[in-house]
Amino acid sequence: MSNEERRTIRRERMQLVVRNKTFLVGCSILGFWLLLSIFGDLIAPRGASDQDFEFVSVGPSFKYWFGTDANGQDVLSRVILGTRLIVVMAFSATTLGTIVGTAIGLASGYFKGKFDMITMRLIEAISAIPVLIIALLAIAALEGRSPTLTVIVIGFVFTPNIGRTVRAAVLGEAELEYVAAARLRTERTPHILFREILPNVLPPIIVEFTVRLGYAIFAIATLSFLGAGVEYGSPNWGSQIAENWGNIYSNIWWPTAFPALAIASLAVSVNLISDSLLEVFEL
Amino acid sequence: MSTANTPTLELRNLEVAYTVRGIDREVLRDISLSIAPGEAYGLVGESGCGKSTAAFAAMRYLPRNGKITGGAILFEGKNIVDMADDEVSSLRRSAISMVYQNPATALNPTIRVGDQVAEVFQLSGISKSDSLEMAQAALVQVQIADPAQVMRRYAHQLSGGMAQRVVIAMALASNPRLLVMDEPTTGLDATVEAEVLDLVRELRRDTGTAVLFISHNLGVIRHMCDRVGVLYAGALVEQGATADLFNNPSHPYTVGLLRCIPRGGLHKSTDRLDTIPGTPPALGTHFDGCVFASRCSLADDNCRTQLPQMVTISGAHVARCFHSDKAISMPRSIEQTEFVSQSEIHATHSGDTLLSINHLSKIFTQDGHKVQVINDVSLNLGFGETLGLVGESGSGKTTIAKLVLGLVSPEEGGVVTLDGKGLAKTLNRRDVHDVGSMQIVFQNPDQALNRRHSVTRIVGRAVERLRGFNVSDAIDRAHELLSGMRVEASLHSARPVQLSGGLKQRVAISRAFAGSPQIVVCDEPTSALDVSVQAAILNLLVDLQKQDGVSFIFISHDLGVVRYISDRIAVLYLGRVIEFGTSQRVFNGPFHPYTEALLSSVPNIDGSIRKRIPLTGVVPSPSNPPSGCVLNPRCPRKAGSGYETLCETEEPNLTEVEPGHFMRCHIPVAKLKQLQS
Repeated sequence: MSNEERRTIRRERMQLVVRNKTFLVGCSILGFWLLLSIFGDLIAPRGASDQDFEFVSVGPSFKYWFGTDANGQDVLSRVILGTRLIVVMAFSATTLGTIVGTAIGLASGYFKGKFDMITMRLIEAISAIPVLIIALLAIAALEGRSPTLTVIVIGFVFTPNIGRTVRAAVLGEAELEYVAAARLRTERTPHILFREILPNVLPPIIVEFTVRLGYAIFAIATLSFLGAGVEYGSPNWGSQIAENWGNIYSNIWWPTAFPALAIASLAVSVNLISDSLLEVFEL
Repeated sequence: MSTANTPTLELRNLEVAYTVRGIDREVLRDISLSIAPGEAYGLVGESGCGKSTAAFAAMRYLPRNGKITGGAILFEGKNIVDMADDEVSSLRRSAISMVYQNPATALNPTIRVGDQVAEVFQLSGISKSDSLEMAQAALVQVQIADPAQVMRRYAHQLSGGMAQRVVIAMALASNPRLLVMDEPTTGLDATVEAEVLDLVRELRRDTGTAVLFISHNLGVIRHMCDRVGVLYAGALVEQGATADLFNNPSHPYTVGLLRCIPRGGLHKSTDRLDTIPGTPPALGTHFDGCVFASRCSLADDNCRTQLPQMVTISGAHVARCFHSDKAISMPRSIEQTEFVSQSEIHATHSGDTLLSINHLSKIFTQDGHKVQVINDVSLNLGFGETLGLVGESGSGKTTIAKLVLGLVSPEEGGVVTLDGKGLAKTLNRRDVHDVGSMQIVFQNPDQALNRRHSVTRIVGRAVERLRGFNVSDAIDRAHELLSGMRVEASLHSARPVQLSGGLKQRVAISRAFAGSPQIVVCDEPTSALDVSVQAAILNLLVDLQKQDGVSFIFISHDLGVVRYISDRIAVLYLGRVIEFGTSQRVFNGPFHPYTEALLSSVPNIDGSIRKRIPLTGVVPSPSNPPSGCVLNPRCPRKAGSGYETLCETEEPNLTEVEPGHFMRCHIPVAKLKQLQS
C-alpha cells in the first residue's frame, strides 16, 4: 500500500468522524463550557459576590439576563464563574480514577491468578456501595470541605469501573502473540504493560473516561448541592441550586433553573461525545 | 418452470459493487456462469477476488453496502434480481441453501442441536413432533454417529467436523435444488476435511443437488467439482471442465497459481517455487484492459488497453486472455536456481546436532483436571536443517514450540540443549544471547505485530534488546534487515494494519532475525496467506537458510509445504512423537499407520486418485487417552495385523525401524510395508 493510499484512508476515516453529528454537537457544547471555564473572569459581566440591593430576586431582564438571586447577585455571572470549578474538579477526578484504574486493570489482566482474584473481589466490594454514599461518608469522616478531597474521593470510587473495563480488554490482549514476541526480546513487564499492551486498550479507556466524566459532573454537582465537598460561598452550580430552590414556590425559578440547565448541558455534551466515540471505535 | 436444460443457477454479466467509505467499488465484473441441475461448479481464487461475494450474490444476499449494478441472476430461469423480497426469501427457504466456512458461528450456541435442525423443518410447515423425528433422520443422513445423543447437545459440545455435518444437515433439510458451499472445510483438519468432502460427494450423488463450491484450495476443488471457474479481481478469467482446466491451464493467472503450490514431492533442495509478481489490485480498481495485465509476464500494450473476450480453448473450456495459447509455457517469474544441497551447507558441521530436546512433557490444568498435552517428546535438529512438525490440531505442535522457546516451562525432567548448552526452563532465566538464538514467526501476523507500533519500531526494538545496540544503530540495522526481506523503505514508517498479509509476515520474519538467531520456529507462517504469497515467503525462508545457515522448526498442517521445506519430519499425535525421520522416509514410506491416513486424506491437485485410508472416530481427549497405543481405537492397520491385543494394552516405544527413521508402532515395519504396498 502506497503512502498516498494510506493518506486517502485516513482522510476518508476523518470525514467519517467529522460527519458524525453527535460528536460535533457534543464537542461544540463542551468547547463552549471549556472556554467559559478558562476565560470566565473576562466574560462574566459582574463579580461573583457583587451584590445589587436594588435588584433582589428580579427576573431575567436586559440588565440581568438570567435575573438575580435573593442576595441580589447576578445569576449569569455566577453560572459563568461556577464553570471553572466543576470542570476542573470533574476532569481531575476522572483522570485520577482513570490512571489508578488503568494501572490496576493492566496488572490484574496481565498477571491473572491470585493477584487478579483479590483485586477483583476488592473492586466488587467497593462498587457494591453507591458512589454518593461513599463520597458523603468519606467527606464527613475526614471533615473536609475542600475540592481536593472531593476529587480524590470521586477518583477513588471511579477506580473500580475503569479497572474492570481495562482488565477485560487486557485479558484478551495479553493472549495475543505480540506479547509473547515482546517477552522473546527480553522486555521487562512494565514495558510490556505500558508500551505494548496499553496503547492497544486505549479506545475502551477513552470511552470509559468520557462516560465517567459525565458521572463526575453529576456527582460533584450533587455533593455541592448537599453542601459537601466545596468551600462555602464560592460560586458553584450545585450550591446555587441548593441555596435557591426553595424560592421556586414563590415563582422565582431563574436562580435554580439556569445552573441546573448548565449542569445538564455539560453532562449531555460529555455523553454525546462518549456515544459518538463508542460508535467510531465500534466498541 | 425448470426443464431439463434450464440451468439451476445462471449468472449473466453480473456486476456487483460495494460502497466503501462513500464510494462505490466494483467487486464483480461481468461474471457469466451457469450451473446445471446436479452439477458441482467450483469457484477458485485468492482472498479478495470476489468468491464469497459471488456466493452471496447467488442468493441475492449481499451485505448492506453491496448492490447489484448490472446483469442478471437466474435461478431456474427466473431472474431473482428484480424479484420481490418475500419471493426471494421463500426461495432461500425452499430451494437454495448455504454452508459457510465456520460451522461454530453458523450454529446458535443457545439452542440444542436437535431443535435447531428441527426448526428448519418447522419453517416448511411440519409439526414440532414430526420435525424432531425428521431432524434425527437428517443427522443420520450426514453420518453422525449416535444422532439421538447429538440432538441433545449444544454447538460448543461438537467437534468441528461434527458441527459442519450438522450445518450440512440443516442446509439439506429443505431439499434445496442449489447448495452454495463457501469454504466448507477450510477450518478443519485434513482427515476431517476428507470425511466431510466424501460426505458432500455422496449426498450430491444421492440427492442430485446442484452445488456452487467455493474454495481457495485447488486440490479440494479438483476433487469435488465437475467444472471450475477461476476468479481474479472480480473477473472470471478462465472456466472449463475440471480435468481440462487443471491439465491445460490457459490463463496466465491459473498457470501462475498452479506453479506456486509446493506439490508432487517438490523439495527446496532441488526446486524453487514460482510466484506471481506484484500484488492483487485494491478493491474497486478500474481496468481498461485485462485485469491481470499488471502482473502478467505475457502482457503487451494490447492487454493493457483492451478488454480481452473469452476465447474457446477446447469444448467448454474458455479463457479470457489474448495469449491463451502461450500461457502454459509462459516464462517463470522466479529463476529456477539450484539450491545448495544441505550436505554442502553444513559440510563444516555435518552430523552436528544444534538443538536437542529430551523428554519434554507438559501438563496443563484445566477446570481442575490435569491434562498431559505433551508426553515425553525427544527430538533433535542439525545445523542449517529444517525440522517439520506435522499433526492435527490439538496434537501439541505449538506447545512444543513454546516449550523450546521457554514461553511455557516444561515439567521436571525435560531438557532443551542448544549447541551443547543446557537452557534454562523459562525465558526469564535465559540470557539475552540464548533468547536471541531462538526466535519465532507466528501464524497470524495481525496478532503477532503490535498494531500500534510502526514497522521500524517493531524490528528496531528487537535489535536494540537482543543485540544491545543503541537506538539509532538499532534502527539502521532494522532498516537493513527489512530491506533484505524486501520490505520497501517507504513502508518502514507504516503501521502493520497498512500492510498486506505477505508484507506483515516479512516484517515478522525480520523481527525473528533481529538477534541473529540460530533457530527460528515458524508456526504455520503461511497458512493465513494466499498461495502466491506463500510461495514468496517460502522462497525467502529457504534463501535465509542458505545465506545464514539458520535452522528452522517448521510447523504446518499443509503437508505439501512441510514436505517442500523440511529435511526431517516429526509426526505428532496426542502430544507424542509417533514418527520421526528424514523427509524422504516419512513421505515415501513405509508409513506409520497414522501418517499413512494423514497423507491419504490430502486431496491432491494432480488429480490422481489415491485410496483414502480412513481414520475412524475423533481425536480422543488428551485428558483421557486410550490405553495401549493412543492411536489404537482409530488405527487403520490394527485390525487383522495380528497385534491387536498388544496395541490395546501396551504403549509402543519410539524405535528406530530403519536407519534414521523412528516409529511408535507395534506392527513391525516389514509387515507395514507389506500392508501398504
